Amino acid sequence: MALKVENLTVYYQTLRGDVHALEHASFQLADGEIMGLAGESGCGKTTLGHSLIVLFPPMKYIAGRVEVDGEEIPIWDSEGMNSYRFRKISLIPQYAMNAMNPIRKIGKMVDELLESRGVDYKDILPELKRRLDLVSLPHEVLNMYPIELSGGMKQRMVMVISSLLNPSLLIADEITSALDVATQKAVAEMLVEFRGRQFINNLIVITHDISILYQIADSILIMYAGVLAEKAPTKSIIESARHPYTRLLISSLPEVGVRFAEKRLMGIPGNPPLLLNPPLGCRFRERCPLAYERCLEEPPFIEVKKDHFVACWKEYENHAQAG
Amino acid sequence: MLRLDKVSKVYRVGAFGSKALLAVNKVSFEVRKGQVVSLIGESGSGKSTIGKMILRLLKPSEGKIAYNGDDIAGFEGEALKNYYRQVQGVFQDPFSSYNPIFKADRIFRVLHEEFFPEISASEWRERVEKALVSVGLNPAHVLNKYPHQLSGGQLQRFLIARALLLNISFLVADEIISMLDASTRIDVLNLLADLKAYGLSILFITHDLSLAYYISERAVILYRGNVVEQGAVEKIFNTPLHPYTRMLMESVPRLDRKWEKGVQLVEREVEKTGSGCPYYHRCPVAEQRCALYQPPLVEVDEDHWVACVHYESGANLLTPFSLAGQDTIPKVE
Repeated sequence: MALKVENLTVYYQTLRGDVHALEHASFQLADGEIMGLAGESGCGKTTLGHSLIVLFPPMKYIAGRVEVDGEEIPIWDSEGMNSYRFRKISLIPQYAMNAMNPIRKIGKMVDELLESRGVDYKDILPELKRRLDLVSLPHEVLNMYPIELSGGMKQRMVMVISSLLNPSLLIADEITSALDVATQKAVAEMLVEFRGRQFINNLIVITHDISILYQIADSILIMYAGVLAEKAPTKSIIESARHPYTRLLISSLPEVGVRFAEKRLMGIPGNPPLLLNPPLGCRFRERCPLAYERCLEEPPFIEVKKDHFVACWKEYENHAQAG
Repeated sequence: MLRLDKVSKVYRVGAFGSKALLAVNKVSFEVRKGQVVSLIGESGSGKSTIGKMILRLLKPSEGKIAYNGDDIAGFEGEALKNYYRQVQGVFQDPFSSYNPIFKADRIFRVLHEEFFPEISASEWRERVEKALVSVGLNPAHVLNKYPHQLSGGQLQRFLIARALLLNISFLVADEIISMLDASTRIDVLNLLADLKAYGLSILFITHDLSLAYYISERAVILYRGNVVEQGAVEKIFNTPLHPYTRMLMESVPRLDRKWEKGVQLVEREVEKTGSGCPYYHRCPVAEQRCALYQPPLVEVDEDHWVACVHYESGANLLTPFSLAGQDTIPKVE
């Protein structure tokens, strides 16, 4: 297993108490797997992604362990993580548009970045140029300031920088949401190409746009209110989701070809619970059309079918009966 | 009802406004009563500028916007107030539409004082509650709260309720869905569709094609301030003609079909002559003359207009392109 996360729990410390932003997250990624991480805003998807690379206060590590390529990663130790960041685990941040130093030429900035990791810029320059070719950026960008590049170009530049040291795990946080559809498609396909050329081993794509994931991801992990709801191969999530939340979420997505006059889509009534004092048991209980007494306990995240994990008591019971 | 006639907007940019940026170039279209028209384009296409000109937040550099036949540029004083009674806008970011130090329902109080001073406080409260119920909110839960205590979807619906209280007949909805979560955005969209049934006209500004298709009857595709294609929504979506529209339809991520692989983005060097087709620098089927000649919108089918040399009379047409009910998409040569 290239990435193994066990029981990862991260809270946000606030004056009013701990916000339970991520609880008991356990999942694994196979070699070369591209996983999409989706859910509504505030569901903990960004917290999960970031906790694998940097835990900024007020984020607080509570429990859990993370393994990359069989090696345990000390995510609770901010200093100790330095030798893993960029080399082993890397991030393409949200708003990559503003991720580069505005007063440094891009080449100089990359030079400084590599120096901090003890890598010589000159050694890596030929490879850097090859990768610029790959994302169709001219080599001159290295002598330019970020302001001289368009949004799509900056996004591609940041992708090249983030993956330059061939990290095992790359986390892409909402990287397509600020782009128009044509650039969106180009950027998403380049990420797949990076995996194909083995610049990176695993990719986690954090987004709220499930239709992008359908295009590029091998599997999708759906989160709801700080807990994992369902993880399965992309096709299963789209076509035969098991968790009631996933099913409602997928059915509420408008698509080209669906018109109001012909088919009225329905949203999910209600709002997600506040995570300051999350309700006991299943967190989707309040909005779930199938909820019953057992949902007062927290459902386990179990494998009901090969590679298909669900946290729902109904599915748990169906599975227990069948097997 | 609302008609734009060759409307242009030039922004002065650069140091001391030394350069001119043509944000909107001779755009004409019409929104009829009870109609939802989608204005579709990527960022920088001028779609929000058009919305702001309709709301008189910006002045057109050229051209005329007419509301029920009257040029809106001429409205002053009472006439302008009367215009705002009928035409209102709701914008993308609901959080920045409120003053965070006042309670959110202040927007209703201001409305009362400004537009309806003759109505008694108790009757006004009834009206507010009715409007809130009609946008799917429970007044007891949302009144008397500060903006940060309400969710984005609730705030957005507040703004729509505010527009309804004025009994408006035209709404400019500028990207109102994009800040909302998937599970609530469809509720707001359905709300707009219900309001349409009561005769409200809506200009729905969006970059999301699936939302536009869901709600509107007509669509206007903008590219760099120019209308490249417009007409009935089924025609544009099922048989997109302009190369830009085709590219949009092909790149939009969908849940029922995967992307075509290996479609290359074209980047062509363009001399800044100011003439020529706006899409020339990215067009995969551009011809020599496209660099200098900007084709006008021509009607190629009933209520389907395209601005492309390939559809002018006597031109060799592009291969038909359809996304509806086909497994394979013919590639643009």
